[in-house]
Amino acid sequence: MAEEEKKEYWRWLESRWTSPDIDWKKGKVISAGVDVGSVSTQAVIMVDGQLYAFANMRTGSDSPNSAQNAFNRALEDTNGLTEKDVHYCVGTGYGRVNVPMAQKAITEIACHARGANFMYGPTVRTVLDMGGQDCKAIRIDEKGKVESFLMNDKCAAGTGRGMEVFSDLLTISINDVGQMSMEVEEEPEPVSSTCVIFAKTEATGLLRAGWPKNKVLAAYCRAMAGRVNELLQRVGVVKDFAITGGIAKNIGVVSRVEKLLDMKALPPKYDTQLAGAVGAALFAKGLYEKIKK
Amino acid sequence: MITAITAGIDLGAKTVKVVILKGKEVIGRGIATTGLDQKKSAEKAFDAALKEAKIDLKDLDRVVATGVGRTEAPNANSQITEVGADAKGAIFLNPAIRTVIDIGGEEGRGIKISPEGRAVDFAINEKCAAGAGAFTEAMARALERPLKEFAELALKSTKSIPMNAQCAVFAESEVVSLIHAKTPHEDISRAVHDSIADRIISMVRRVGIEKEVLLIGGVAHNVGFVNSLNIGLKLEVIVPEYPEFIGALGAALVAAEQQE
Repeated sequence: MAEEEKKEYWRWLESRWTSPDIDWKKGKVISAGVDVGSVSTQAVIMVDGQLYAFANMRTGSDSPNSAQNAFNRALEDTNGLTEKDVHYCVGTGYGRVNVPMAQKAITEIACHARGANFMYGPTVRTVLDMGGQDCKAIRIDEKGKVESFLMNDKCAAGTGRGMEVFSDLLTISINDVGQMSMEVEEEPEPVSSTCVIFAKTEATGLLRAGWPKNKVLAAYCRAMAGRVNELLQRVGVVKDFAITGGIAKNIGVVSRVEKLLDMKALPPKYDTQLAGAVGAALFAKGLYEKIKK
Repeated sequence: MITAITAGIDLGAKTVKVVILKGKEVIGRGIATTGLDQKKSAEKAFDAALKEAKIDLKDLDRVVATGVGRTEAPNANSQITEVGADAKGAIFLNPAIRTVIDIGGEEGRGIKISPEGRAVDFAINEKCAAGAGAFTEAMARALERPLKEFAELALKSTKSIPMNAQCAVFAESEVVSLIHAKTPHEDISRAVHDSIADRIISMVRRVGIEKEVLLIGGVAHNVGFVNSLNIGLKLEVIVPEYPEFIGALGAALVAAEQQE
């Protein structure tokens, strides 16, 4: 008898893209940024400060390999562009020291700030980055420079990992949990536990009490929004506001954060997971221009 | 004079415990998993304890409840806090106890006891699984071993390796990485128990650690944790028989006093 394959509900979608409007051969500076996160890795290639190509992939157990894989994937389908044509590359993220093709490593806070400034425009003053294993609230100026930030990387509450645990528990794909949580007649009270482990026990109890899955998800998304709101309040929220990272794709969390803040997040123009790598590629451009002078 | 029969019930996050006393002698104990319906779980624990004591519910002169779910206790005449119950039970077992460490499924507590036997200060962790039994349970699952076996493994470890993650969710990923890196399971178990012991010790330090130290709660059954705790504290903690029943015992003792 064939063994039934265990479904991986946490599995989010990888992606890659090339701009149809840019000819890299006409560019002066080709820069790259690689963001090796705990859960996902992004590689971005920019031509004269414009987004040309990117790849967004899952991080494997080995950082250098993950960086190389994402970089190679970004270079696919780019009209003959190779690693040698890239003038400068900056690594960032949790695995930033393990980016083989990078000349320099820059912290993810600085890169996220710079990337958000590019992706959402110069009016952004507050960035909430909700990543796989951490959550950051960053205040930035009109140039995308960091003014202050707060970070939670000690606890899974308010991170993508926490959401993965829930998608597995409820056997619903991580790509659908946000939308499903919106399909409730009445907004339930948030789950009371901060800790993901305790919240899981609490949610199991709610399911046993007959709650439908979408109501449990709504209760969890609301708790998660409350948790990141604490971080935002401590750093202080100033308009405009933008959300980056994987959880920015989760409407269930985003809409509830917006409600708590009484403020809309700017709509994303690009894949929200790219901010760190975009910032790194912009830093790479600046660094290359400096050494060329 | 007829000796009073009293009971203490401790409604915890994971289990309900009942202790029945005749005077100051324990004549029955009962335990049940906390289900969705706390009242039903409480009745189950009561039934087990009454059966062991060979008495009926109506023979009980007084019942005192404690634990997170104490307001849900059926037939309780009054309630006391977990800290008060722990202190009472601890001093009854051994009047020399000055510090009580109580680690349950979802909560960790450190209690300072005065020479007069009163709880004078306490620290509590109820927000995070990293300082509670749920942490080791999650790690045992990651190693796919029964909890008891997982705990005993730590005693065979020859090397202490650090764990970076505090959060149980992140620690689970770290344990999986350690398994992939072919780290001996003994050393992983030791690392897990060192990590939880570190968290508990820094919490209990807030109230001050003074000898004798009594370790109670379900996690006291975990020999790997006790070993790590002893190494971290540089002393030998006292682990009583039936460590998970001390809160219920304290409540029963309070019931007996009130009856007098």
